[in-house]
Parts: sequence; structure tokens; C-alpha cells
Amino acid sequence: MAYDTLTVGRPATRGRHDNSQSASPTEAKTLLLACGALAREITEIIRLNQWRHFHLHCLPASLHLYPDRIPAEVERAVVKFRKRYDNVFVVYADCGTGGLLEKKCRELGVEMIAGPHCYAFYDGLEAYASREETDITSFYLTDFLVRQFESFVIKPLGLDRFPQLLETYFGHYTKVVYLAQTDDPGLEGKARQCAARLQLDFERRFTGYGDLERALSMPRLRDSAVSQHS
Amino acid sequence: MNEYDDLILSELPNEELVPQMHDDLYDGLDEEVVEGVNILLERGWLPYRVLTEALVEGMRIVGIDFRDGILFVPEVLMSANAMKAGMKILKPLLVETGAPRMGKMVIGTVKGDIHDIGKNLVSMMMEGAGFEVVDLGINNPVENYLEAIETEDPDILGMSALLTTTMPYMKVVIDRLKELGIRDKVIVLVGGAPLNEEFARAIGADSYCRDAAVAVETAKEYMARKHNQMAVAG
Repeated sequence: MAYDTLTVGRPATRGRHDNSQSASPTEAKTLLLACGALAREITEIIRLNQWRHFHLHCLPASLHLYPDRIPAEVERAVVKFRKRYDNVFVVYADCGTGGLLEKKCRELGVEMIAGPHCYAFYDGLEAYASREETDITSFYLTDFLVRQFESFVIKPLGLDRFPQLLETYFGHYTKVVYLAQTDDPGLEGKARQCAARLQLDFERRFTGYGDLERALSMPRLRDSAVSQHS
Repeated sequence: MNEYDDLILSELPNEELVPQMHDDLYDGLDEEVVEGVNILLERGWLPYRVLTEALVEGMRIVGIDFRDGILFVPEVLMSANAMKAGMKILKPLLVETGAPRMGKMVIGTVKGDIHDIGKNLVSMMMEGAGFEVVDLGINNPVENYLEAIETEDPDILGMSALLTTTMPYMKVVIDRLKELGIRDKVIVLVGGAPLNEEFARAIGADSYCRDAAVAVETAKEYMARKHNQMAVAG
């Protein structure tokens, strides 16, 4: 399933990512404007918590290949959708925008998730920061990246066409660290294959949803809606 | 078999060989570029002329198409590898025969960061433009930059970072230069994917360089200004 400009929350949308637990646009009071690479995980968090105050709209995960475009795309979506909701929460970390996304969100008056990138908030910001120096030669994968390894790692780096560039890209890395959001032996096997393809060692760390779930659990994301409709 | 399979570089006159080398560089064909370099040298071209007219000009075209979104990073890296192969032949010859020297640059990726693709491209293009480059490699603490400034006396200090988490370290280096009273001794150029001009200004760098081509042009401009200032002062 592709997550390009995916909107979750339509009552008719069912199936593998059954979102019947999440709110329809008319029910939802908070829009989660998220990176497409988080769609599956956010949908699952919403389902597990039986939240009905969120409506999820995802921007293309492929924006990560051009981080400088993220602030403008987020702005476009916020401006387009904000009138329909009490609150908009941007589910992007800095994601390589060099602080420009944070600045844009401040200008727009919307909150965003804290941290440099999804690796950090899955791991938990404190845990990530504490390992930053020892992890310097680690190349991170998440569930999403393991599933989309060809589309988001191999092809954008041109390794399908120019395998001789492997050393250029990964020469200073020593291992793949698979930050696992779920316990899925199939994905772990695939992650091992990814590491082998990059000719790197492999380590798996289970993170669950980490700070992503904690961020979405913030009372104010629900209360702002409740306060206006109570 | 296509029409190019029969192309014999040594049979081409210079006015066809050089554009062909640009094409080969564009296509990342390192063996062909090396062959072309050797042919031009055998024909009596000075190494500096081979460098500028065949290699640097070829990479200039690559840089334009990269900027315009026609080429992407993998293609540019293939071209860069081809240029690197050509430069490997030319470098010792340039030392022997002499070439105009634009200035000296110390460059390195900052502490906590192991990414060097952009930095390596800048190093290579700066060398191609006539700069002497001292490459400190990756993961450099402030002490490495200070030591290199002390020993190498560069005109330019280049710092690179790919990560949002490591780019603030550039400010650590610049602040230390200020503390030591040597900030104005060097032109500080910074670059890397998450950086922008605003960040460069905020940390006190002289310029942000979007890509290797911009880095070369920016460095040349600063060096020209420096020479002008020296001429006025003298």
C-alpha cells in the first residue's frame, strides 16, 4: 500500500489498515498531518487506543528525498485543512529541514512532534541522545524502511543502477540498526537481508512506537477539541 | 551494438575528443575519461589545460544539470568518480608543471558525523579549480580544525554536516575561533543537506554553499576580494 497523500478516517476505508476505530472527518477534532512513512503506525496507534478525535492526513513519504520541500508542503496542507478542525498537529520531526519546519510550524501556530527524525522519536528522544555518539556508524531502518527498502534506500541512492557506489555511501557505516516498531519475524528477516545487501552488520532494537504514541497521547490534542464542544 | 561501440578516442581530433570526454564524464565512464586524459597528454597538452578544459568543464556541465534537476546524486557521484580517476593521473603532473594557485582550504565533516559525499565533491571541485585542499576527513572535533588552521594557514575553512543533530557543532567551531581571536583569519564556508543560509548567518559563517559548484564560485569570490583588499592595503 502506498502512503502518498493518504487520508485515513473516511468511514469507507477498511482492510489491512482498518481504521474504523478512527474518526470520520465530521467527528474528528484534531487533524494529524503526518509523514506518509508513519501512516501505518499512526493508524495502528489510533486503533489500539480507540481514539475518535483524530483524523489522519499523510503527505507523501517520498518528500523525505527532498527535505527542503517539506515546510512548504506542510504549510499548504495546514492552510487547506485547518478550518475543518479545532487543532492541527504536525507529525513530522525536523526530518532534515534544518529547523525550517519548526519555524514554519511556529509561524502557522501549529505544534509538531519533537526531535530530529523518526529514528529518535521511536527510540525515545532521551535514549536516542544517550546513544548518539556510540551509534555514529549505525544506519537506521524502521518497519517502514524495511518494507520500502528498495523504494526509499536502494533506488534513490542509485544502487540498483550503480552498485559500485555502495562503498561511497556506506563506507563509514559498520552496522544496520533495525528499530522495530512491531514484533514481526518476517520483517526482521527482511531487515537482515537489507543489512546483508549493504554489507553491514545487523542489530535489532525493539522500540515500539516510543515517543510517537506519547506525543499523540498529549491531553491537549483531545482537550482542545473537547473544550470547544462541551 | 550501437554507434558508439566503434568510437576510438585516439582517432578523434582534439575538438571532438574534448566534447566526447565531457560526455564520458557526464555518463560516469571512468576508463574512457582516463583514456582521454592520456591521449591529450600524449598530444602535448599541459596537465592544467587537460584539467580545466576537459575535466572541470565537463563537471561544470554536470553541476548545471544537477542544479536543474536533470541529474541526481547517483549520477553526479558516477561523474565525480570518473573525474577523480582522471585527476589521479593529472595531480602529480600538475605539481611538476605548475598550475595557478587560487588559495588553500582546510575542509572536514564535523564531530559526530561520518558523511563525506558532499565534502568529497567540494574537495575535488576545489582542487580542480586550483585550490590546495587539506581534507580532514570525517567526525572532526574542534581541536582538529584548530590544529589544521595553525599548521596549514588556510585561506578558507570548510565545514560539512549531513545531520540536523550535528550541524550545530559548526557553531562550536566558529565560537572557538572567535574566542581565540582568529575568526577573521579564515573565510568560513559551510554546507550540507539540512543547512541553509539563515543557519549559516546565525552561526557566524561567511557563507552557506548549496553544492560543490557554488562552493567553488563562492571561494573564488572571497579570494578575489581578499586579493583586492591586500592590493589596496599594499
